[in-house]
Amino acid sequence: MTSKQSLGDFFKRWEWLLVLLIFLVTIVNARLTPYFLDTRNLMRATSDFMELGLMMLPMVFIIITGNIDLSVASMMAMCASLMGWLHMQGTNIWVAMAAALLLGLLAGFLNGYLVARVKLPSLVVTLGTFAFYRGMAYALLGDQAARGYPESFTFLGQGSIGSIRFPFSAVLFIIFAVIFSLILYKLKFGRYLYVIGNNEEAGFYAGVNVVRTKLLIFMMSGFMSALAGIVLAARFGSTRPDIGTGLELAVITAVVLGGVSISGGSGTMIGAILALVLIGEMRFGMGLINIPGQGQNIVIGFLLILSILIPHVGRELTSGNVKVNKAMVGKTAVALIMIALFAIFFFWSRTLLIA
Amino acid sequence: MATTYSANDEKKGNNLFLTLVRFRELSIMIIILLLVILVSIRNPAFLSIENFRDILLNISILVIVALAQTMVIITRGIDLSVGSMIGLVAMMVAFVTVSFPEMSPLVAVLLGMAIGSCLGAFNGFLITMGGVPPIIATLGTLSIYRGLIFVYSGGQWVNSYEMPDGFRALAKGAPLGIPNIILIAAVVAVLVHLFLNFTRPGRDIYTIGSNPDAAKVAGVNVTRTTFMVYVISGVLCGLAAVLWASRFESAQTNTALGFELQSVAASVVGGVSILGGSGSVLGVVLGAFLLGIIENALTLVRISPFWQLAAQGLLILTAVIVDSAISRRLQRFGGES
Amino acid sequence: MNDKIPVIRMRHVSKSFGGVHALKDVQLDIFSGEVHALLGENGAGKSTLIKVITGVHQPDEGEIDLNGERVYFNNPREAQHQGIAAIYQEPSLFPDLSIAENILVGRQPLRGGRVSWGQMNKEAGALLKRLGVDLNPRTKARNLSVAQQQMVEIARALSVEARVLIMDEPTSSLTSNEVDELFRITKQLRAEGTAVIFISHRLEELFALADRVTTLRDGEYVGTREMADVTTEGLIQMMVGRKLDDLFPKQAVEIGEVVLEVDHLSVNGAFKDISFKLHAGEILGMAGLVGAGRTDVARSIFGVKPATAGEIKIDGETVEINSPQKAMALGIGYVPEDRQNHGLILPMTIGDNVTLPMLDTYATKGWLNPKKEKAAAVEGVQKLEVKAYGIEQKAAELSGGNQQKVVLAKWLSTNPRILILDEPTRGIDVGTKAAVHGLMSNLASQGMAILMISSELPEVLGMSDRILVMREGLLTKEFDRSDATQEKLMMAATGTVEAALP
Repeated sequence: MTSKQSLGDFFKRWEWLLVLLIFLVTIVNARLTPYFLDTRNLMRATSDFMELGLMMLPMVFIIITGNIDLSVASMMAMCASLMGWLHMQGTNIWVAMAAALLLGLLAGFLNGYLVARVKLPSLVVTLGTFAFYRGMAYALLGDQAARGYPESFTFLGQGSIGSIRFPFSAVLFIIFAVIFSLILYKLKFGRYLYVIGNNEEAGFYAGVNVVRTKLLIFMMSGFMSALAGIVLAARFGSTRPDIGTGLELAVITAVVLGGVSISGGSGTMIGAILALVLIGEMRFGMGLINIPGQGQNIVIGFLLILSILIPHVGRELTSGNVKVNKAMVGKTAVALIMIALFAIFFFWSRTLLIA
Repeated sequence: MATTYSANDEKKGNNLFLTLVRFRELSIMIIILLLVILVSIRNPAFLSIENFRDILLNISILVIVALAQTMVIITRGIDLSVGSMIGLVAMMVAFVTVSFPEMSPLVAVLLGMAIGSCLGAFNGFLITMGGVPPIIATLGTLSIYRGLIFVYSGGQWVNSYEMPDGFRALAKGAPLGIPNIILIAAVVAVLVHLFLNFTRPGRDIYTIGSNPDAAKVAGVNVTRTTFMVYVISGVLCGLAAVLWASRFESAQTNTALGFELQSVAASVVGGVSILGGSGSVLGVVLGAFLLGIIENALTLVRISPFWQLAAQGLLILTAVIVDSAISRRLQRFGGES
Repeated sequence: MNDKIPVIRMRHVSKSFGGVHALKDVQLDIFSGEVHALLGENGAGKSTLIKVITGVHQPDEGEIDLNGERVYFNNPREAQHQGIAAIYQEPSLFPDLSIAENILVGRQPLRGGRVSWGQMNKEAGALLKRLGVDLNPRTKARNLSVAQQQMVEIARALSVEARVLIMDEPTSSLTSNEVDELFRITKQLRAEGTAVIFISHRLEELFALADRVTTLRDGEYVGTREMADVTTEGLIQMMVGRKLDDLFPKQAVEIGEVVLEVDHLSVNGAFKDISFKLHAGEILGMAGLVGAGRTDVARSIFGVKPATAGEIKIDGETVEINSPQKAMALGIGYVPEDRQNHGLILPMTIGDNVTLPMLDTYATKGWLNPKKEKAAAVEGVQKLEVKAYGIEQKAAELSGGNQQKVVLAKWLSTNPRILILDEPTRGIDVGTKAAVHGLMSNLASQGMAILMISSELPEVLGMSDRILVMREGLLTKEFDRSDATQEKLMMAATGTVEAALP
């Protein structure tokens, strides 16, 4: 009975659906445009998502414990700005980079301290540091951009390896993805993350060092954000304080789409990585057929919602617990009519100015 | 230890400090007062009526949206799509007003609120019927609504010169001596206060936020109330959008980008618990006012505007840290009595 | 009594979940003005029956009559409208709302379309007065004790003119004074004609309060008796369907050296000046009322809430225990009182739960070794005869008794020398209870030192070699097994007639 159950679970797993979607998107993309399967294009597109990926890895940890870190993009900007500022003051770029990583650890420590020790909700803490760290980035650089990084440094973001031009940043991502996966599955630290996400108190009673574990994951987040900032600065060859604005939501989207429960306790690393690949591929494909970034957001937004909505509705229907009653039909009808009215108005009023 | 804290002990809270901090609104007022005194010493221009009018003008839209956000947060939800809703409604209403310059500004306001209600209804539908957690649903619609602005306008902006005069006067006009936008925000605040405290649906918002399971058992219609809250959020964002377009005389694809976090910040600084169940209109208005004053003060005492965001972040952190310290102290007092 | 029309009359009620019968052909008659006890082991179907009456579940078969009229409740709201109210073990109030609003929630009095706070406080105040409870209706529910919260719930039931009031284990977290108060109010309600359905695992409470008792076993109706006609043994027999003469088997064991010594231990605001010695092979019972500070002592020894003063010695050496990790390293295990929140991680598998405290030992050079882990989990589960599909089953899917066995397996996997058991058999069925007692006795005979906190006096008397009694944060009395009686323990625990003791 047990083995049968787990076999069924194995095939029902979210990850397979993601694989299937990736497969479908690849086929559709390849049919839509001949440029898609061009290695050079693919590789360049890959490097566009590596900063996102680097920040996503610790975010998986954080969301598994039932917390959230809204400050990742701000930490990224702050650390990259510090590096840029130090470099402009004449500091050696590698020293500046080390300082940025250190600042990332420190910023993560502050988040972690307030969440783990002071026991404040992570949503509020990182909302505060979201503003604070971004503010520090502006305070450091103002409205200028830091430039003039040496080529040895920009290799981190622009460099590539081998004849297929495999981006160096992707190598970095793969190394860290392996490290984070090993931590999650092979160390007791990883088990503790699930324990904390499911029942923090019982974990504490069983000897789990809850405070230290939480502190560490927020510090990892700070460190990886700093690293992402460095890679981004290297890729652009410059740093501005507004880099990566809104990226925290993209990171969270990837993690949740990857099947990590936002309320904590469950989720896999491979799921999140697959979601990252899926998002990257879809954006790349849509970019090739000239759908602008804002339009792509619509698709990703729907994907995110549907990834929760469809399994939920499916469960409800198959469990047979739902009795379709008048009130429910009524509410659904009202909502659908409002959405329909909106859609009609949307397209009609649009034609007024855009013919 | 089981706290044998009887209701009568409440009267024992004669400690002045505790009585003060228990009223969140009072402690914000004290901070505001201190700030006003400090800043006006450095720059007397701070205390001028014009300056305060500026501050109020600047926070009016934030107050409206923060109140919407507050109602959502009280139900243990969050609405991350407010910024995108404002952007989308502002763009749609701006298109319509440009096409129909003769249209009364009042119709524009109603139109904005109607569009907003549809957007809010979609959020509410996903959350109540679709079982999507609020943070995910509105994170999704944040992207969708923002993307729709682009689809709608094709990347175009609506600029000041295209807008009819009547529409531009909507926010800044002051037929009653005070700019309309401030009056509207005040009316919204009063209405929300009355709604939350003196109507059953308003009380239901607190009830389901305080204990959702018990609310269901007690016969509160949780689904309908939750749905309603997101629709209200949409309606108020619709109103805010029209005012935004009128005040800044433009509608752009990045209108109100990132406003969701500001609205949450104003709520949290105003004492709304992110865990749901508590929060007051006065607190939120004062929270927004405090954010506004800080922004204004930094400019007046010649601190680079680049520090502004950092100061805002520090304020949020300070507010929650102080809050938790106080509630822990209160608990200890309760335990010992 | 029987020629009256019952307030509630249930016949042939059946309910199953996923093919498993929770209720099978159950009948029940409740009359106004009686306190009717509902009795049964865990999993006997009491909770399901209650949920059918309150409209949380809908029966698959059978009929329910309310005052002679056929009813069918689609949801709890409909049941409430018909005057059925329930109070659960854990009060379900709204912590952020005032007492008054908690009582009148969803029915706040309106005046001119506005919620009238004055009227609300007045109505609530009147209800509280009627119950003889001295509470300010404006107080936030957050600030109330569990007992006070229950009073508020009763006031809420009164406000809807409840004809039937269901109390599901209302006394489990109350002090004895509070229980008395609850009984007083219950009797008052009975006198006013309310029908009360009362569920409790404490049989003595049923004798003190109930008029009649209906027993369920394995989801089936066993019988209804007048309380005056039954004995404790008779009730137990009805419940378990067999006679249990050996409920508390404690083998005589040779007591060894002192393993744990607690010296003037205090935690501010919880307990003060606690000193005792625990020997190898000994079961030291700790009796007292809920809230006397017993659990706080255990938590402090285990490092959950470290002591603020005093010393703990293990094998004569002073140790500082400031975290559960430290306690575990010193060979202490703690089976907590609150199984669901502190004992288990319900959504995780049995295996994950069992191996959690000792993950280090199942690792090779720091890397987790699934094989070792699985072997350890299987061994632990088999030793305690946990009934489950396998170690991959989720802890949440087990019955209370099996869950407790998993908790025990988890702590035994740490090979503790000192085991603290906090209410080890609370809320588990009689069969598992006997198994747990057998295990304790067995462990003691292997030389383990056991500190057992229990509110069940027969358990304390039956299992312990020595008994400590705590009251209001102080250690008041120590008894030897031979001269302890239920009465003496009770007196020491309540402190009422301490002078009468030698």
